[in-house]
Amino acid sequence: MTTALAKRTRNTRSWGRTAVGLLLTAVMLFPVYWMVNVSFTRAEDMRKSPPNLFPFEGTLSGYRTVLDQQLPYLGTSFVIGLGTVVLTVALAAPAGYALAKLRPRGGGLLGFLLLVAQMIPGIIMAMGFYAIYLQLGLLQSVPGLIVADSTLAVPFAVLIFTAFMSGIPGELLQAAKTDGAGVVRTFWSIVLPMSRNAIVTVSLFAFLWSWSDFVFASTLVNGGAHEPITLGIYHYIGNNNQEWNAIMATAVVASLPATVILVLAQRYVAAGVTAGAVKD
Amino acid sequence: MSTTQGPLTRPALDVPRDRTAGPRGAAKPVRKRRPTSQQLAAWAFLAPVALYLVLFYAYPLYRNIDLSLRHYTVRSFVQGDAPFTGLANYRTVFEDPAFAPALLHTILFTTVCLVFQYVMGLALAVFFHRNFRLSATLRALFLVPWLLPLIVSASTWSWMLNSDSGIVNAALHAIGIDPVNWLTSPTWSLTAVILANIWIGVPFNLVVLYSGLQNIPAGLYEAAALDGAGPWRRFWSITFPLLRPVSAITLLLGLVYTLKVFDIIWIMTKGGPAESSTTFATWSYQLGFGNLVPAFGPGAAVGNLLVIAALVFGLIYVRVQRKQAES
Repeated sequence: MTTALAKRTRNTRSWGRTAVGLLLTAVMLFPVYWMVNVSFTRAEDMRKSPPNLFPFEGTLSGYRTVLDQQLPYLGTSFVIGLGTVVLTVALAAPAGYALAKLRPRGGGLLGFLLLVAQMIPGIIMAMGFYAIYLQLGLLQSVPGLIVADSTLAVPFAVLIFTAFMSGIPGELLQAAKTDGAGVVRTFWSIVLPMSRNAIVTVSLFAFLWSWSDFVFASTLVNGGAHEPITLGIYHYIGNNNQEWNAIMATAVVASLPATVILVLAQRYVAAGVTAGAVKD
Repeated sequence: MSTTQGPLTRPALDVPRDRTAGPRGAAKPVRKRRPTSQQLAAWAFLAPVALYLVLFYAYPLYRNIDLSLRHYTVRSFVQGDAPFTGLANYRTVFEDPAFAPALLHTILFTTVCLVFQYVMGLALAVFFHRNFRLSATLRALFLVPWLLPLIVSASTWSWMLNSDSGIVNAALHAIGIDPVNWLTSPTWSLTAVILANIWIGVPFNLVVLYSGLQNIPAGLYEAAALDGAGPWRRFWSITFPLLRPVSAITLLLGLVYTLKVFDIIWIMTKGGPAESSTTFATWSYQLGFGNLVPAFGPGAAVGNLLVIAALVFGLIYVRVQRKQAES
């Protein structure tokens, strides 16, 4: 009897918490809702006061503009994102393996430097890259931006790979060695396939960060033939464009990768976080 | 001396020692002799990243220091024959009337953002710590602001804070408050960018502090509840003290991140109006890229001041983290 009562009060309290939680989430996500709402608002309603809370008489003209004008930007961002992912994984996975399993002399110092590297402000890196790219003629080039964007992800990626790969049982690698597999072979056929989750996690973040990058894009490829979507939005705002439904529609489309990752790949992100958190 | 050497002498990155080393190897950090062939292989695997660090971190940083020590014009920037002027650029920056306001804005922006992000993140973490229906889903949804591209967040906030047609002023009007020129008046522009940045930073604080809460043994709370401690008392005597290490990490990382914030401010206000929301980050960019006649030298000098600040707090962070990993 008493337990049933206790259970019931706990249940009501739990629902009460759910209600509060829903309210808090609604407040937190209001700007996101507002972005979607404005993206459907008709141009003639844009200056209405007070603004429409729901896009009842909505329009798709903002999205039509995106299709007309922003597709090349989106394509560029996609290519840059993929390039950043490939470069980041190619650099970080071997390094993670070495730091986790091969105990290199000076590996600790390298890890420390990677940690420090993460703390250098992006605009400083951008200015340095600008000076270098100017000399090399790499300004306004997609490969140049890919290299610059990868600096956002490489230190994090090495950290994740190191943490993840040190969880691979040493006996397994020892067995491979006994069977005559060299270090490269062991890495390629055992360590890498076992690190699938780490690869997915690193790829997701590398893609997301390069997709979202604005600092490098605006310093290194501004005005070039291939500009990413962040600059596409920025030019819209900069031109004193009053078509806010088009701007917000672009913003909605630019948010899609983040949303997709949150919905589909939350598990991998969580796996990455726990891999980073578990310490020996 | 020992403060600067501390983190360097210890294995960084919490590189977990190889489990095959056995209990002795794990307990004693004394290095075993490692075979040379394995060392060669290890460095072959590390070489790309090491080279990468030199090329894409060390060299841009070096270029930036070099920029700040020479008198650059557009012509000499291209030709690379700018005369060495020592600390003249730094003197220019220090004597610039914009220096003091930029410093003040940087401190204000960083402090206010950190305090609000931390307090709100902690409150939400405590709230979500008690599992309830949908709590995992809602917690995941809270990550959205953090995952969105900054340009998306910044432009959304710009429109929400628009003086005439923004939803914020409409809401204020509904409760009888006069419209505020969030982005166009020098009084409010800094507040506006702080608001947007807090919104972006809360999820990070929530996630890290929540994971810290998970590590506090539930038994402590039960014992305290049996002793008659109320929720408020339990928070101040158990949660807050035991969360101190995680809080330190969160705040230090937040500090390093917030010092660097550039995108949000630049997209929303460009540091204006009348430099009222200029921080070191936007000032540096303004000097280097924002004007018709770029002042690369002073821009780099401001940037380097920022690097020094970020590195100081970054090293404190590394040290605190090391200490915690050891204990």
